[in-house]
Order: sequence, then C-alpha cells, then structure tokens
Amino acid sequence: MTTVVEAEGLTKRFGKVTALDNVSFSLEEGAIHGLLGRNGAGKTTLMNLLTAQDFASDGAVRIFGASPVENATALRRVCFIKESQVYPDDFKGKHVLRSAPWFFDNWDAEFAQRLVAAFDVPLDRKMKKLSRGQRSAIGVIVGLASRAELTFLDEPYAGLDAVARRRFYDLLLEDYAAHPRTIVLSTHLIDEAADLLQRVVVIDQGRVVIDADADELRGSATTLVGRASDVDAFAAGRDVIDRTTMGGIASVTMTGLSDEDRRAASAAGLEAASVSLQELIVNRTGGRAGLDPSAQEDAA
Amino acid sequence: MDEGRPIFLQVAEMLEAQILDGSMPEGAQVPSINELAQFHRINPATALKGINLLVDQHTLYKRRGIGMFVADGARTRLLANRRAEFATLHLRPVVDRAKKIGLSAQELQTMIVKEMEQ
Repeated sequence: MTTVVEAEGLTKRFGKVTALDNVSFSLEEGAIHGLLGRNGAGKTTLMNLLTAQDFASDGAVRIFGASPVENATALRRVCFIKESQVYPDDFKGKHVLRSAPWFFDNWDAEFAQRLVAAFDVPLDRKMKKLSRGQRSAIGVIVGLASRAELTFLDEPYAGLDAVARRRFYDLLLEDYAAHPRTIVLSTHLIDEAADLLQRVVVIDQGRVVIDADADELRGSATTLVGRASDVDAFAAGRDVIDRTTMGGIASVTMTGLSDEDRRAASAAGLEAASVSLQELIVNRTGGRAGLDPSAQEDAA
Repeated sequence: MDEGRPIFLQVAEMLEAQILDGSMPEGAQVPSINELAQFHRINPATALKGINLLVDQHTLYKRRGIGMFVADGARTRLLANRRAEFATLHLRPVVDRAKKIGLSAQELQTMIVKEMEQ
C-alpha cells in the first residue's frame, strides 16, 4: 500500500489559538477515509494545510510523497471541495461546471451532467442565490466528476436533505468502484457516513484522538449496565471511556472486552451492548463535558 | 448494518446465511466486491475483508479473473460449525436467564420441546 497523505507533527497557530497541535497520521492510497470531529475541531484547518491553502506553523505535510506547498504537479492531482467555497460574483452553476475542466485533468463532463440530474440543481441561477443545499450539491458534483487522484470533501453535504445525502453515498460508492482513488471525507454526520469509511482519523481540539481502521473500532467498546459493584468488577483494569451511575446502578463503557468476557458479564446479570462508531467518537471527543465535575469547577 | 460490530464480520455472516439456507448453492458465484459494497452501502475494502475471511475458511474460492464461488462442501462445514457453537452462543444465555428466574432444567426442557413442536 502506498501512502498518499502524510502529516508529521503538524501544528497551526492563529495568534494565541492553537488550531492544530502536533498532528501526525498517514492515509493510504485508493480508499475512502474519514476525517471526523466536532465543529471547530480543526478539520478544515488540517485540509487547508494538506492542500497548501495555508501554511503550517510547525511540522510537515506530504502528499504523493512531497510537500504540497508551491507544488503545482502534486496539487493538479488534488481536488478540495470546501464547505465555504466562495465563487466570483455573477457566477452560475453552469460556469462552475464549465471552468472545472481547467483545473481537473480527469474531469468527466458526462458524469457531471448525470450528477446534475441526480441532485436536481439549477445551473442557470447565480451561485449566491442558491440554497445552502444546492450549493453543497454543486460542490459534490465537482468533487465527484473531477475524479482527482486525491479528493478532499469538507462537510460535502451541509444543507443536503436525507434523500440527496443517500444519493451522494450511492453515487460516491458507484463511481469509486469504477474509478478507485483516494477520498477524504470530513463530516460530523458520523453515523451516516461510518459504513463508507475505511480509516478514521478523529480530531478533537486540534489533536488526533483516534486514528484507526473503522471496522476495528466497531465493537471495540462495550457498555455494561447493572449493579455498580458488578459492573466495576468488570471495568477494573480496563480502559474506561465513560461511566455514569444512578442509585446503585452503573453504566460503564470500556474497551478490551472479549466475547467470553461479554458472555461472562451477561451470565453475571449485566446488560452488555456494543458501542457504535458514533457513540465511541462522541465519548472520545468529550461527550459528557457538561456533566464532568472538573468542567464545572472550571466554570465556577 | 449493526453499527456496534465489525462490518466485515456481518458481510461474512450474511453470505454464510445465504449458503446455509440454500439461496447460494455450492458452485454458485458470489456477488462481486463492488456489488456487495453498493448493496450494503459500505466501503469496498470492508466487503473485500469479509470475502477474504470466507476464502481463508475455504467457504469460498477464487477463480482468477472470473470471481468468487461457493466451495464444495461449504454448506456441510458451516452447518457443523454452527451446531458446534450453538450451545455456547445461544443456549448458554438462555440457561443463565432461566436460572435467574428459578426455572429447573426439567421445566426448561419441557419448554424447549414445546417450542420446537410448534
């Protein structure tokens, strides 16, 4: 497997704010990857650095094995669809599609037309007059029809309704099957996109908190519910992600339980439920911050 | 798809279920990786991992350039495996619950016989 994206100790500061803090990870070629995290976690900043739209304060970025900065050869192989793409005044959808082939060598105009029909977007209206969902759809169309070797889609479906999102997932998979390439999808709609992703990089407050194969994460954590003393006996010595109690009952989410452990837990009268990717990520990115005693102290 | 379990295992289990119920007989061609990925709306690499698991277990075999097929004897082997693990996977939890509410082995047995006769 060839590495197509690499970040090493990547740091980006905006004045006193550290948007990215010593971020390191790598992504393999020819797969659909997820860049996940909450709003403001640093996903867009990271993609800006990976595509040389902004400069790192520290650390290194490599795409196709070289720095993207002022590297026209590498950047020609990249398509970056931004959530907040700004278009020239008076630009209409048709202008966007007409100018796309100037930037993308693999542009497929026929496929673009098919996508226009699938998403039902008006091409003869000014971009700034379009709804958020329609603008997102144009972004998605450019992102898919450009067939760039490395495609970054930053929150591609902001404002798209459930039907259009489903259509996007289907078209993405269909086109990816016919034209394998590397796609990096950034989103906070984790549940919906989770099944499409091979590797998952989760960013929280500028740091990488999870970097793992999506399928290895699924089922890696279990929530046990039952008598607090019984639950805690199982949790002892394990990586506990989340713990809540109510009276004598505890609900503890932990990693590292084997199938046998789970059977033993249910034999001991505990309810065992596996944790979805979304729940796991929510837990890892401060799911209970408001209830955390230390957070309350900070507020006081 | 069940979000709490590895999807490649679920893909493998669904194919096994089709072999077990006879809808994919021995020698039949299995859907391609891309068909599986699009049908289940999952990453193709995950679908491939599920298929590879079944190849490793000799349930499926690869014919180069043509596709994947159900191996001879696959159904018999799957059936034997399922029977072997039935007690630990399915009976054990039932027994645990029965004990918790004070059902005797005799009573449980009567219930099982009755359910099976329905």
